[in-house]
Amino acid sequence: MQRLHPQATNKPARGSLLGIEHMEAKDILGLLKLARRMNPLKSRPLLRNKRVVLLFYEASTRTRSSFELAAKSLGAITCLVLSSGSSVEKGESLLDTGGTLRAVGADVIVIRHPSAGAPHLIARHLDIPVINAGDGMHEHPSQALLDALTILKHKKSFKGLHATIVGDVYHSRVARSACHLLTKVGVPVTLCGPPEFVPEVASTLAPGLRITRHVEEALRGTDVVLLLRVQKERLAGQKIRVQDYVARYQMTAARLKLARRDAIVMHPGPIIRGLELTSEVADGPQSVIMDEVRNGVPMRMAILARALGKAR
Amino acid sequence: MANDKSRPGSLLIKGGHLIDPAAKINAPMDVLLREGRVAEVALPNKTRGGADEKFDARGLIVAPGFIDLHVHLREPGQSYKETIATGTAAAAAGGFTSVCTMPNTAPVVDTPEWVSWLRNPERAAAVNVFPVAAATRGSGGESLTDFGALQRAGAIAVTDDGKPILDDQVMRMALRLGAELNFPVVQHAEDTRVTQHCSMHEGPTSFRLGLRGMSAAAEAAIVDRDVTLAQQIPESRLHVAHLSTSDALKAVRRGKRAGHGHGARVICRVTCEVTPHHFTLLDEDVGEYNTHCKMNPPLRSATDREAILVALADGTVDAISTDHAPHAAHEKQVEFERAAFGITGLETALALAITKLHREHKIPLTRIVELFSAGPARVFDLRSRGSLARGNFADVTIFDPKKRWTFEAAKSRSLSRNTPFDGWPFTGKVVATVVGGKIVYRTE
Repeated sequence: MQRLHPQATNKPARGSLLGIEHMEAKDILGLLKLARRMNPLKSRPLLRNKRVVLLFYEASTRTRSSFELAAKSLGAITCLVLSSGSSVEKGESLLDTGGTLRAVGADVIVIRHPSAGAPHLIARHLDIPVINAGDGMHEHPSQALLDALTILKHKKSFKGLHATIVGDVYHSRVARSACHLLTKVGVPVTLCGPPEFVPEVASTLAPGLRITRHVEEALRGTDVVLLLRVQKERLAGQKIRVQDYVARYQMTAARLKLARRDAIVMHPGPIIRGLELTSEVADGPQSVIMDEVRNGVPMRMAILARALGKAR
Repeated sequence: MANDKSRPGSLLIKGGHLIDPAAKINAPMDVLLREGRVAEVALPNKTRGGADEKFDARGLIVAPGFIDLHVHLREPGQSYKETIATGTAAAAAGGFTSVCTMPNTAPVVDTPEWVSWLRNPERAAAVNVFPVAAATRGSGGESLTDFGALQRAGAIAVTDDGKPILDDQVMRMALRLGAELNFPVVQHAEDTRVTQHCSMHEGPTSFRLGLRGMSAAAEAAIVDRDVTLAQQIPESRLHVAHLSTSDALKAVRRGKRAGHGHGARVICRVTCEVTPHHFTLLDEDVGEYNTHCKMNPPLRSATDREAILVALADGTVDAISTDHAPHAAHEKQVEFERAAFGITGLETALALAITKLHREHKIPLTRIVELFSAGPARVFDLRSRGSLARGNFADVTIFDPKKRWTFEAAKSRSLSRNTPFDGWPFTGKVVATVVGGKIVYRTE
C-alpha cells in the first residue's frame, strides 16, 4: 500500500514536541536528564532574546504559568495570546493565527487547544518548533514528562516499577501521554475504571497496557498511582452514577494500603476532593501532587531549551 | 444534460474488446453509434453501416457508459466548491457518462423547480445529470416532499443524504409512497443520535488520536431498521448509500433474500452501493489527522473492508459510487474535528477499481464493468442505459486496463483538490468517454 500524501509536505520543525507517541525512549530519557539540570531559581540565559508565544485556546493555570515561568527563567521573552480577546474570536483560522504569530517574530509556539491534532496542523505549516501544551483528548506530552520526572525523583529509576492509572482514561490527554511514556521506558501500566471511562480499545494504545475493572486488583503491588480527574458533567450522560463511581473507584486511605508501602499518588490536577480521591489521600504522606506542579517548571525549561536547540 | 440540438453524427468504435455484462458479451466487437443511440454491435469489421468518425479502440476495453449514483456537484449555492460544469467535466474524465446528484445543496433540492433547474442546459453539463431530490422538506426529516411532482420534473430517486431519515414513521411513509411511484428511497444510514461530535470510525485509531468515533453499529442499526420496514411494504425500493460496514452488509443480504423469496411477487427491492475509498483505505490511514481521509461514513476497520471486498465479488453490492464530495482548501486545512467531511472521487474511481479490485483482489473486469454500468442502471431503473444493446443510448466508456499512470490532484477537472490519492500510482485509465454518441473526453 502506498503512503498517503499528507496535505502539507512540511514536517514539523526540529525541536517540536507534539506528543509522546512518536518519541523514542532515549529522547525521553535525555529530556528528563536535561530537566534534572534545570533550576528555576538559578536563571540561565540560554534563551536570551528568544520569543516564546503561548497560544492558549483553553483555560489553564498550571501549564500556562509553568511554561511562562520556564521561558522567563531561561531569559526568553514571552507573549501570551488567548483565543478570547484575539482575532480568533473574529473567526481567524488556526493556520492564519499561526502565520501571524510567526510574522511578529515568534521563535517557538506553545499551543493549548480543545481540538485533537491542532498542534500538528500548525506545526506542518510553520518553520518554527511547536510545543503541544494539551490538544483535546489526544496528548499532553509536557505533563507526562513532568510526571515521569516526579517518578524519577522519588524512585531513582524506572526499572522494576509498575504503574496504575485510575479514572476517566477515555477523555484524558494526560492518560494517553502517560501510557505512551511509561510503557516506552519499560513501566507496565494497569488501567482501571468503568467501561465508559476505560473502554476495551484503550489497551491497544501501547504494548504493556492491561485493563481491570476492580480498583483493588489494580492497586495491589503497584508503585505509582496516577489518578485522573472525573468531571461530573461527563458522568451525566453515562450509565454510571457519581455515587457508584465514588463507591467503586475513589482513592481512599484503605484502598491505597493495597499498593506498595512506598507507592506514590499522582494527579495532574485540578483535583476534586471527595470524588476521585479523599482529602486524606490528597494531603497524605504518599501524595506527590504538589511535587508534580513544582517539577513542571524545570521540565518545561528543558522542553523549551530543546526546542530552540540549546539543550546542552 | 448532453443537450446539443444538432444531430449527432455517427461514430464507429473499432477494434476494441467489448464488455457488456447485461448483454453477456465479453469479446472483440465493433460498436456503431448513430443519432445518439447504439446502431449496431458486430464482430470486428462486420458492421454494416458506415460512420463519419472512427475511434481506434485496439487494445482497449469498450464498456457501457459508467453511471455514478452518488455525487455532490454543489449547485445550487456552493459553486466555490464545484459547479455542474466542472463536476461533470471531472465525471467525463473519470469515464462517467451519467451522474446522480445529491440534494444537500443550498437550498436543498426539494421542489420540482430546483430539479428542473439542475437539468437545464444552461448548467452546461458534460454528461447526463439525474437529480436525486430530497425525501423530506429541507431534508429536515419530518414532512415528505411531493414525490410525484419531483419524479415528473425528472428526479430519479429521493434521499436526505448527509442526514438519515431517523423517524420510523417518516421512513415508512417514504417507502410506501416510493412503492406506489416505483421511486427508490436512498438512505444515508447513520444513527446521528449516537454520532454527534464524531469525526472518524470508532476503533483503535480514534482512541489513539483522541477523536470521538462513530461506531459501526450506528450504520448497521439504521440499515437493519430500513430493511425491516421495506419488507413490510410490498414493492418498496430501498437503496443503501455508501455502505461501509460488515454488519450493514448482513442486513442488506437479509433484505435481498426476503425480496426474492416469496414466489413471483416482489416483496421489496433492497440495493446498495460502495465507494472506492471504502474498498481501498482504512481508518488507520487517517494517520496524524489527515483531513483528506475524513469522510462520512468514515473509513472503517480491516474487517469491514474485507467484508466489502467479498460483497463486491459475490454480487451483494449493486454499484460502485464515488460520493464525490468537493470542498475548498480552507474547509479542509483546519483542525480535524472542524474539517468538512468528504473527498473528491470521480477521476480516481475506475483506476482504484482496477488497481485494487482487479489486480490485487482478482475480481474480473466483467464484474467491475457491471458495478459501474449495468448495476447502477438497475438500481435507479435508468432505461436504455447500462448496456450497449441496439437502440440504447450511445453512452460508452473506453478504457485501458493496463495503462500505468500517476494521479495528480493539481490537474483535476474538479474545482476542488480534496483527495487522499494525490500522487498515487495506478493501473487502468479512461481513454475516452462518449455521451449520446459524442466524445466528451479523450485522454491527451
